Amino acid sequence: MARVSIDVMLKDEILDPQGQAIERALPELGFAGVADVRVGKHIELELPDGDDLEERVEAMASDLLANPVIESYTYQVHR
Amino acid sequence: MTTRVGIVRFPGSCDERDAAYAVGLVGGEPQLLWHGDADLAGVDAVIVPGGFAYGDYLRAGALARFAPIMGAVAAFAGDGGPVLGICNGFQVLCEAGLLPGALTRNANLRFVHRWLPVRVEAHTPWSAGVQPGSVLSLPVKHGEGRYVHPQPHRLVEAGQVWLCYAQPDGSLDAAANPNGSTAAIAGVTNAAGNVTGLMPHPEHAVDPLLGGTDGPALLAPAAAATAPAG
Repeated sequence: MARVSIDVMLKDEILDPQGQAIERALPELGFAGVADVRVGKHIELELPDGDDLEERVEAMASDLLANPVIESYTYQVHR
Repeated sequence: MTTRVGIVRFPGSCDERDAAYAVGLVGGEPQLLWHGDADLAGVDAVIVPGGFAYGDYLRAGALARFAPIMGAVAAFAGDGGPVLGICNGFQVLCEAGLLPGALTRNANLRFVHRWLPVRVEAHTPWSAGVQPGSVLSLPVKHGEGRYVHPQPHRLVEAGQVWLCYAQPDGSLDAAANPNGSTAAIAGVTNAAGNVTGLMPHPEHAVDPLLGGTDGPALLAPAAAATAPAG
């Protein structure tokens, strides 16, 4: 089995109101200088290892885990 | 002959009975379709109604697009059949690639629920009797209704922008846009024009008691008589 972690983020050009809300909140808690906050999803899963592992991960990410119209994804394989 | 309008029911749909009621009001014959079935039972038009299909757990509409019935809806749409997605149904049709763009979190992060003016931008089969430029009053109720498209000017040029959030006089400004949608877009069509989607709810705007009666104007195929077969 391989463990895969996948990060799904809104594309840079898509407004991220959750990130903006955090960016506004942090200075009020005393964390000055925080900029460009973006919020995304971190997904971890296990699946059978194999030569086509990356192909399968990219297929599940582009078909379901991310919407390619508004989101991009990156992933790491931990063997 | 009465037009039969199929209304897809997913686990988590909540506006399918309102849609069926509205279809009946304009003279159509509503037929609920089950998400697990793989055919449309020979209906003349399809509505994908509002709600929270499959809980919207990953993203709104992301899981529903894989339901068995969506293959039949895609084939029906590909053959030119009239398809309308309302609210969550709009999100499902975008996720399924039957409509351009995507819908995501409202810019102000709040759930919006109110009646607002919507300007009609284009002729579609669903709004056959409505002149572009007309302003309708319709309710919205959504938390993820911000329409996003990478090149909205292309949609405008192609005539695929169906509805925009507007002021009562039809003018567009930021104050009239309840969710931060790109170019104030409230509804779009596919390139062929037979598949349409909108965030406002025409099926709720069918009775003065509910606040307005502009909804039936966007349900034209349900009211249209079809030629008797054979």
